[in-house]
Amino acid sequence: MKDLTCIVCPRGCRLHVDDYMNVTGNFCPRGKEYAISELTHPVRTITSSIKVTNREYTLVSVKTTKPVPKDKIFEVMEEIDKLSVEAPTRIGDIVKKNILGLDSDIVITKNID
Amino acid sequence: MRQIDLVVIGSGAAGMAAAIEAKKNGINDLLILEKDEKLGGILNQCIHNGFGLTEFKEELTGPEYLQRFVDEVKRLEIPYKLNAQVIDLTKDKVLTYSSKEDGLVKLQAKAIIMATGCYERNAGAIMLPGDRCSGVITAGTAQRYLNINGLMVGKRVVILGSGDIGLIMARRLTLEGAKVLCVSEIMPYSAGLNRNIQQCLIDYDIPLYLSRTVSKVVGKDRLEKVVLSAVDENLQIIPGTEMEFECDTLILSVGLIPYVSLLNYIDCPISSTKGAVVNQYMETMIPGIFTAGNCLHVHDVVDFVSQEARLAGRSAALYLKNEIDNNEKKIPIKPGNNISYVIPQFVLENSVDDITFKFRVRKPLKDQVVMIRSGDIVLGKVVKPALIPSEMVMVNLSKDKLQEVKDEIVISVEDR
Amino acid sequence: MKQIHDVLIIGAGVTGTMIARELSKYKLDTLIIDKSNDAGNLTSSANSAIIHSGYDPEPGTNKAKFNVLGNKMYPELVKDLDVPYVACGSLTVALEEEQLEILKQLEERSKINGVPVQLLNKEEVLKMEPNINPEVKGALYAPTAGVIDPFNLVIHAMENAIDNGVTFLRNHEVKGIKKENDYFVVNTNKEDLYARVVINAAGVKADKIAAMIEDIDWAITPRKGEYYLLDHYKEGLVNRTIFPLPSKKGKGILVSITSSGNYIVGPSSEFADPDDVSTDAPTLANIKASASLMVPSIPFKETIRVFSGLRATCTRHDFIVEPAKSERNFINVAGIESPGFVSAPAIAEYVVNELVKPVLTLEKNPNFNPRVKPYHRMHYLNEEEQLKAIKEDSDFGEIVCNCEHISLGEIKESLERSCPPVSIKGVKRRCRAGFGKCQGGFCQPKILLLLAKHYNVSPTEIPLNEDGSYIIDHLIKEAK
Repeated sequence: MKDLTCIVCPRGCRLHVDDYMNVTGNFCPRGKEYAISELTHPVRTITSSIKVTNREYTLVSVKTTKPVPKDKIFEVMEEIDKLSVEAPTRIGDIVKKNILGLDSDIVITKNID
Repeated sequence: MRQIDLVVIGSGAAGMAAAIEAKKNGINDLLILEKDEKLGGILNQCIHNGFGLTEFKEELTGPEYLQRFVDEVKRLEIPYKLNAQVIDLTKDKVLTYSSKEDGLVKLQAKAIIMATGCYERNAGAIMLPGDRCSGVITAGTAQRYLNINGLMVGKRVVILGSGDIGLIMARRLTLEGAKVLCVSEIMPYSAGLNRNIQQCLIDYDIPLYLSRTVSKVVGKDRLEKVVLSAVDENLQIIPGTEMEFECDTLILSVGLIPYVSLLNYIDCPISSTKGAVVNQYMETMIPGIFTAGNCLHVHDVVDFVSQEARLAGRSAALYLKNEIDNNEKKIPIKPGNNISYVIPQFVLENSVDDITFKFRVRKPLKDQVVMIRSGDIVLGKVVKPALIPSEMVMVNLSKDKLQEVKDEIVISVEDR
Repeated sequence: MKQIHDVLIIGAGVTGTMIARELSKYKLDTLIIDKSNDAGNLTSSANSAIIHSGYDPEPGTNKAKFNVLGNKMYPELVKDLDVPYVACGSLTVALEEEQLEILKQLEERSKINGVPVQLLNKEEVLKMEPNINPEVKGALYAPTAGVIDPFNLVIHAMENAIDNGVTFLRNHEVKGIKKENDYFVVNTNKEDLYARVVINAAGVKADKIAAMIEDIDWAITPRKGEYYLLDHYKEGLVNRTIFPLPSKKGKGILVSITSSGNYIVGPSSEFADPDDVSTDAPTLANIKASASLMVPSIPFKETIRVFSGLRATCTRHDFIVEPAKSERNFINVAGIESPGFVSAPAIAEYVVNELVKPVLTLEKNPNFNPRVKPYHRMHYLNEEEQLKAIKEDSDFGEIVCNCEHISLGEIKESLERSCPPVSIKGVKRRCRAGFGKCQGGFCQPKILLLLAKHYNVSPTEIPLNEDGSYIIDHLIKEAK
């Protein structure tokens, strides 16, 4: 059994999971999903930024399209660090497909003209 | 001098939402003035997600959230000027802005919406004790350096203040290879959202020290170490409780302050939140000058900034159509038991819409009921199981209830 | 072939730069060096910035002599060097009946020093300064006092000296000095320098420098002064400089306007190590308590900065302006604590005319120009002047420092002058960008990248203040 804070939305519900994986304290169904996921297979969405090679001292923000396993965060970051793009950039542009075979892409989250 | 119906100062979350709403309510002669080189304000550097869950029912990053509004601004063909800073304002609503492109320009506005956001409390304002080395920097500035320019401010970091910006930066710096040694918070409870404690500190094994503050900064040219000390219930340092941390960076996340210099020029009454005193239309006490967003009071969720700004935008439109009567009787709204502030600080009696009161509690409380009273009359009550200072609370009051009001309305929270 | 300069000045604070400027009136090969990366980085940047009237120093001392002479030079000096200056006058207040006697003594002293003052009664004081403690009993009004922009004064004096032929070497710290034949060998951390005359204007380290030549019978015992700097705010606090009665430790904790429309409260006075410019809570609390006695309504919540500076207090308790005992060509200008700023131009004249002249031939420099090219301070110009500046260069319309309304044009202007900034604080001192309530929170990244581009270096090379006080540790995705 475990107590944890839901991170799905800013409410941050305090969740309680008993030994039979019953979840209480969640305001919405996503909280229940999160609790179970967190105890069995914790994942996180990563947001970071990568270099824009044709603009001096400029980065563009990116994110993982799907959450990745929590224990792979730093490995994914290492891969993200190798990426770069050229401006202009558009939200949704895929910079790297299926990063580390984790079924999550790295996409652009900011428009730069 | 150019005459213009509406000028919106600032194109962040508040400015864009306000301008869009004003346009949708029939105001075509309007202009957004933005001091930076692009639209969007501070959201440009907030590359983390958590935005838009209420507004768009999606989880977006800051830049994605602002783009929705930029797209709408462009779709509605709302004029805007970039790199244009308003440097003067008069009570008659004459603005002067300065830009490289246009030089100095004066505008006679009929209505103005101030959406100038906020600035960070800095080392001097908290009288941070110790040396004057480099390596002491506010969280927002460090965030800007990192996320916009790709410049890392340090390698071994201590963070003072557990507000959301500090927590977000704890994670961001860690992901980019820095070692964040700890977060220190002077109060006995965290100032940030619980989800951020989880996903920014607990996820990365970064300790949070409560009831502690920085008692000394040590470094010749660059920071070498900070000393944390425990504080008592009066927030005074307890001698003998020093903890030393060797580090090269101290991030300050010690509060945001509404940026309202322009309102000070025109003696616009300012409240304890450091933003303007407003009525239910988000109108300041200078008729025709409206305000919304962080420059009114510091928000924790950007979706509510957009909501508030839409109210200001719509109100400015109503004002321009002469549908708001400032001569209505003013009912003062007072923060009562356990409440640090309430917005709006007064309401005009015959309200066009229902009223949303926004407030924060002074300390963490459980099993409370929010009471809206006028004298002995209870106008409304809402049960709230848990309240913390870092989360803004909103309660609604039907406009019809205003008829029952005697002299003033007091909002308070009490044990259930 | 070693280059033997005529004069080498050690220390580019207010004293050294004024002397350099004075020397540039003559055809001399003058070199001025400082261990810092800029002029006026130390005490000259951390003081009350008051141009004292001169009633306070004991008659017959160097302090009295140079204070009074210097004060008279300031109106023309600030015009020539284009330095913001407010001739606001000062009030020295008596809060108790017994203190009125001391005010009378100060009035007597003023007469001897030749300084116009006026004794005011309680009503007159409160009329001038409504926010002074209503218990005030009277005050000494000194109309010839003023407040100055101390950074601009030193930097523009240096600029003027350089324009008139002086060479300024930054980041040169003196390690040893010895006499060889008829010149001095000054060994620094960078190189050896040679000069016929050496002028020691090294502030809190002046005793260390003087002792490199001979045994000295004086020492510098630095006294630290901490300050609060308050934001501009509409209601206004005081209109001039308000002093308490002076004591043995100095002029006391004052409350004053600054030339930039801010308010300054301080300084404290306690012995400190010569490198210690830290601030601490107990001292700041004492300053608050003390200042609040004089002006009860000081809004300390408007504090935007706290800082401290070191006074070069010396054991002789007076300015030392004299040649070394064993070397006429080695001139000590030491112990320049308050009233150092106001005295500096007068000290400079004396040093050159009375101490340098006997040992070097002084031939007038026909090209000497006492004026710097005026600066565009957009925020102080009227609308017509602002429009003219923007027409000349549209960069004057682009605001970089949002709090103080400082334009890109002003920052670029400072980079084009002969004593340009090399750090964030260097820009701040010249242009006031970063001086406002956000203290560079918004503008520092813009200024840092501007400096990096101008000097064609990585952003990691741009210091906050001295070289070594880097702000950016590394570029992302490069250092791991």
